[in-house]
Amino acid sequence: MKELNNLLTRRHFFSRFGLGIGTAALVSLLKNDLLADGQIPHFAPKAKRVIYLFQAGGPSQLDLWDYKPQLEKYRAQNLPDSVRGGQRLTGMTSFQSSFPVAPSLFKFAQYGKSGAWVSDLMPHTSKIVDQISFIKSMHTEQINHDPAQTFALTGFQLAGRPSLGAWISYGLGSVNKNLPSFIVMVSVGRNGGDQPLYDRLWGSGFLPSRYQGVKFHNGPDPVLYLSNPPGVSKQVRRQFLDDLSQLNEINANEYGDPEIPSRIARYEMAFQMQSSVPDLTDLSKEPEKTFEKYGPDARKPGTFAFNCILARRLAERDVRFIQLFHRGWDQHGGLPKNIAKQALDTDQPSAALIQDLAERGLLDDTLVIWGGEFGRTVYSQGKLTADDYGRDHHPRCFTVWLAGGGVKPGLTIGRTDDFSYNIADDPVHAHDLNATILHCLGIDHTRLTYKSQGRNFRLTDVHGNLINQILS
Amino acid sequence: MAAGQSFQAGPDESELVKRITSEDELMRMPPVSSTHRLTRDEIGLLVEWVRQGAQWQKHWSFIPPQKGHLPAVRLNEWPKNEIDAFILARLESEGLQPSPEADRATLIRRLSFDLTGLPPTLKEIDDFQSDKSANAYEKVVDRLLASTRFGERMAFRWLDAARYADTNGYQIDGDRYMWRWRDWVIESFNQNKPYDKFVVDQLAGDLMPGATIEQRLATAFNRNHRINAEGGIVPEEYRTEYVIDRVDTTATVFMGLTVGCARCHSHKYDPITHQEYYRLSAYFNNIAEDGRAFDWGNSPPEMAAPDAAQQRRLSELDVDIAAARQLFAQELAASADKQRRWEKSLKPDSNRHWSPEEDQLIHLSLDQSSKPEIKRSDKSRHNRVEKKKDDKNFKPDVIGFKDGEPQPVPAPTGQGTKFDGKLYFDLGRIGDFRYKSTSEDFKERFAISIWINPESGNAGSIITKMPDKADEHEAGMPRTGGWGLFFMDGKVHFNMVREWGYDGYRAETENSLPVNQWHHVMLLFDGTQPYNRVNLYVDGLRQTLKINQGNFHLYWGLPGTPLRIGAGGGADMRFKGAMNDLRIYTRIPEDDEIAVLACREPLDKIAGKDAPERSMGEAVKLRNAFIEAEGSKELKQSNQRLRDLRSEKQRFEDSLPMVMIMQEMPDPRPAYLLKRGSYDAPAEKVERGVPAILPAMPPGLPNNRLGLAVWLAGPEHPLTSRVAVNRIWQMLFGTGLVKTTDDFGSQGELPSHPELLDWLAVDFSRGAPGKGEAAWDLKRLIKKIVTSAAYRQSSKISTQLLQRDPENRLVARGPRFRLPAEMIRDQALSVAGLLVEKIGGPSVKPYQPEGLYKDMAFGGLTGYDRDKGEGLWRRSLYTFWKRTILSPNMAVFDASAREFCTVRDTRTNTPLQSLNLMNDVTYIEAARMLAGRMINEGGEKPAQRIAWAFRTVTSRPPSEKELQVLLRNFDKQLASYNATQKESEKLLLIGEKRNQGKFNRIELAAYALTASLILNLDEAVTKQ
Repeated sequence: MKELNNLLTRRHFFSRFGLGIGTAALVSLLKNDLLADGQIPHFAPKAKRVIYLFQAGGPSQLDLWDYKPQLEKYRAQNLPDSVRGGQRLTGMTSFQSSFPVAPSLFKFAQYGKSGAWVSDLMPHTSKIVDQISFIKSMHTEQINHDPAQTFALTGFQLAGRPSLGAWISYGLGSVNKNLPSFIVMVSVGRNGGDQPLYDRLWGSGFLPSRYQGVKFHNGPDPVLYLSNPPGVSKQVRRQFLDDLSQLNEINANEYGDPEIPSRIARYEMAFQMQSSVPDLTDLSKEPEKTFEKYGPDARKPGTFAFNCILARRLAERDVRFIQLFHRGWDQHGGLPKNIAKQALDTDQPSAALIQDLAERGLLDDTLVIWGGEFGRTVYSQGKLTADDYGRDHHPRCFTVWLAGGGVKPGLTIGRTDDFSYNIADDPVHAHDLNATILHCLGIDHTRLTYKSQGRNFRLTDVHGNLINQILS
Repeated sequence: MAAGQSFQAGPDESELVKRITSEDELMRMPPVSSTHRLTRDEIGLLVEWVRQGAQWQKHWSFIPPQKGHLPAVRLNEWPKNEIDAFILARLESEGLQPSPEADRATLIRRLSFDLTGLPPTLKEIDDFQSDKSANAYEKVVDRLLASTRFGERMAFRWLDAARYADTNGYQIDGDRYMWRWRDWVIESFNQNKPYDKFVVDQLAGDLMPGATIEQRLATAFNRNHRINAEGGIVPEEYRTEYVIDRVDTTATVFMGLTVGCARCHSHKYDPITHQEYYRLSAYFNNIAEDGRAFDWGNSPPEMAAPDAAQQRRLSELDVDIAAARQLFAQELAASADKQRRWEKSLKPDSNRHWSPEEDQLIHLSLDQSSKPEIKRSDKSRHNRVEKKKDDKNFKPDVIGFKDGEPQPVPAPTGQGTKFDGKLYFDLGRIGDFRYKSTSEDFKERFAISIWINPESGNAGSIITKMPDKADEHEAGMPRTGGWGLFFMDGKVHFNMVREWGYDGYRAETENSLPVNQWHHVMLLFDGTQPYNRVNLYVDGLRQTLKINQGNFHLYWGLPGTPLRIGAGGGADMRFKGAMNDLRIYTRIPEDDEIAVLACREPLDKIAGKDAPERSMGEAVKLRNAFIEAEGSKELKQSNQRLRDLRSEKQRFEDSLPMVMIMQEMPDPRPAYLLKRGSYDAPAEKVERGVPAILPAMPPGLPNNRLGLAVWLAGPEHPLTSRVAVNRIWQMLFGTGLVKTTDDFGSQGELPSHPELLDWLAVDFSRGAPGKGEAAWDLKRLIKKIVTSAAYRQSSKISTQLLQRDPENRLVARGPRFRLPAEMIRDQALSVAGLLVEKIGGPSVKPYQPEGLYKDMAFGGLTGYDRDKGEGLWRRSLYTFWKRTILSPNMAVFDASAREFCTVRDTRTNTPLQSLNLMNDVTYIEAARMLAGRMINEGGEKPAQRIAWAFRTVTSRPPSEKELQVLLRNFDKQLASYNATQKESEKLLLIGEKRNQGKFNRIELAAYALTASLILNLDEAVTKQ
């Protein structure tokens, strides 16, 4: 009887705002969120969601993907000026008295039907080369971490623009009503790694802040403040929310401000998240097989492997944009030793994720991207020895790979010169990659805009060309 | 084609109309190839405009505002002041009516938040409600405007606009110290500093004639921008960004202009050219800054910014020092005869000298049996590396001569040692002088005094703390990290290098020194920006230095490397010649002490000279030796007192808060137009100047920042007052009269009430001289707005009005919107009785989930050193603002990360806010403390207590229905905790503050949950 009463009050209450009752009402209230104008998707999407495995710090293309057998001839010789062409260097090496060529210490081989070259640092990825496509001719404009990461993910080197995921949330809204549409996870590997990350990499810039990524925290609460405080049970919280709703409804009826029912709905969603997020992060029901697949770190929260499993679970729950950041790729010195650890962190889980998604039929409509903000130099930073070298930042070429919804598998696009210093064929700019990601989701990157400070902004500024070769 | 033909020929002839209506794709504008299309309505509008004669005038905001006549209204009794005439006239033209006045409880809550950022107390509400006087409302307004909380509240949004933060931003995001400027802002608002002065001080206070400390520190406004310390950046690229940031921020904050568009090309929409942009940038281009910032702390130029009390203390110290100096002189005079007698009694002894020993860390006489005297220092990093308990690999230092046997040679202070190009002295792992550290921003001064006799121009390393090897050399010098004094190429060199060429300081004396003779060499390093703080003295004379590199950025230290005399930087750097009497001090010696150290005459020789013939060094050397040997108690005491006061002053100066400021270089740095806005594509040189669309700079003003600031703050400027007034309107009504607070250009929105905006703008910039009301009086402006009938309306919305005017642009109702982040938290602290009200000081670190920095921050900055006690409960504007990882309970409520200037408010409504309010320790602790107050102050019965808490938070009593819901909630919690007592105890342990007094613990916990419920109400986080 009491429940009926509640229902009736609620019916009356929501009817004031011309809405139905119950969940349907909540959903419509959430739908009141401002979304991008116009018809989005602009065309039929190939991918429903994106998993971006961002490798922060600048993985060395020379030691992972971009095979340069000719380099051995030039070992320890000064990089020819004709190759460098007077390009700017970072302040960390511009005072070096020489630029000795450092061939990779790692062995490369061809794999799969596609015959892709992969170094022995990536034994698991080498098994899935036919499911992924490499772009070896990526380039960007920024030479340092902060501006380059900001550029890669917001299309501009300075703070202030919305991130890729925020644009997508703004453009497409959420599918899952119990989870945010843009989730970020961060890991540091065996290397540790000093290079920081910044809120702005998943920030909303000038878009309303609800479109910013929700970063899962590597602590007891994956979403900050998710858990009820000690001494407050789920039942107590439910009662609390029921009473809060009633009180807010009284005031809503008095004031007639639609913000109030909207707030009631947010509290309901918060309550939903209190079950949906733990349900998501609770891996206890995952079969043993999963952990074997994702490798030795898979049970350890906060690792890249653990986050990859979560990424798959988020994809299953239709979260729109899932972004993993793995720190520690910034090998200015001691590269051979340290990159091996990074590879150990990321190789098996990344490959497992692709296979796992494929086995579950999710790869067809999930776009996966693996890559960082820039590449590394062919010349050694610091002393080149028989078994050691370092590499400085290199924006003029680097490698990323893509897989899944919207992209063809088994391709290698673009080519660098013999030094992996300049691009020889088919350059792909960071804007081009972002334009292509949006395209896979059914968004025309030139038409997803937001007006701020008197101007219509877009993720790709006034640039960006689709990487047509890769589109399926 | 003539413009007239395009527009004014009438719709049938107009080229414009032809083009936009053409069926022919080749003719049609905008071109088909562009993605732009005109809608049918837009075309209609343009055609109509041409039909009406195509009148064209400047964009509205560039035309100076005029104070027009008040419009006539029908509802004559409604307006309370001029504002209402404009609002009502518009409402009447729209066929709408204003809402009735809100009740007093609502009004005082609205006012208290708007003017102080905190809710009213129950007593304040009671007083207002029972005040029958006609000016009861005005009295509340005056009281709130006079409160020092007003300045804090006004600072909230000014800090956003000025992108103030406690960290440097960009990659490293290390701490900085700008809070003195924040306190200046609070103080300025509280003093009701006229807005024009507020503007001029912040833009150019340093250039005001006789600028005060406060005026100089006000210019921190334009140093609040982010600065980049990332290793490897090209400094000029970021120096350019800082200049750009200053231009863009200044234009946005003061003029509401988006000049940033003209950085790369002439503005597409507003009449600001590419060249004008860089002419504007030339005003901000002239400070001695390096594009690459220090990792931690402030970067130059900066100043010590003592507050009033500290300024007083400094003058007291100066008075004390002058008095002590006088006393010392008197005592010396009184001892003159005694000193003469003592001088005569001196026996010939060529080895008897006197040298200062105060703050002497190391003394090594460098005869062949030399044993160093090493003083333990309070600063552990100077000390020898000690064995740590569990360090199995620890190797103790072996101190002494190495790689040879020392041979004695005659030297200025007796006996020195010959260095043969192999021999060196190893002092062990000591003397790790550093530039900065990750955790502190200290000034580590040191001074080195040594006698050298170089055998050749390339004698090698004098003293170093660097590896004894070098892979590479440059001009004979080892390109090795560390610090060292060298004698090379006939000159004394000092290098302090982290990365050769990129990160370090290197200098050499301009003059060459004759070889094969003794020289006294003295290095002074004052531990701050090395560029102009390193001094080298040779034979007591300060040397002109040639700077080879001067760009220190990173902290560093080499704790594991020994201090070596005569070695360091490789075998070929071993010293060739002789050396004698090394002294290292951990302070900068006084001038007379430097002279003493460079004085080679022994005491007996000096005593043999007539007093007038003694050099300053000789006289002081002799005098100090006398004081030490035979001085009277009084003389010794007065000498000691002078020294103590000097070092006290030094310590005090070191403790003063620093702030980065604007400071012009003597010769202006040339400014260039940058093609595509890029630092490496300078085109023609540009001179300072203001955009042509704006009034010209009045003659007589200097064409520098000061001129620009005065021009900007002049009453003729069409934008300054409009923009300021609009921002205040936004603060009070939630939306500006011009909604695009940051854009008054042609792409911004038109004002909803243009005549009102202009009336207010003129009233603000001119004041009312007839009534004795001053210009640029912010409190007067705010009072005018909040005493209007428009502001005092109820914010209840009818369905019809909601549909008609969802955003309340017509102001047919009072403002209702969610409180900003700071106020939500401050309110909870306030009603809980937790709030610690103390104005200013260093920022504080309240509760924040653990591990937040660890996930993301730069190595070395991963710890969040949470405050204990007081710092947990200060107002939120004192919360430590880390730009790259914003405090989450601020971020979740749309607080700005302050990476760039923000003047527009955003307000979202998200489930993360709900989670924060329900579960953050901040709010649980506040609820728990509020529960304690409910029990102690609310009355006896639950209903009374709950009603008390409800009113404390919302300023009004709960309705019967609301009270029922709350009571039922309380009863259920109580029953639940009675059943699970342990659970209630858990809740009561959250947060640091304990409930003082005797409570029934279960009851307290149940009240805490009810209090939490009240704090979660939409009404609690809303101004309505």
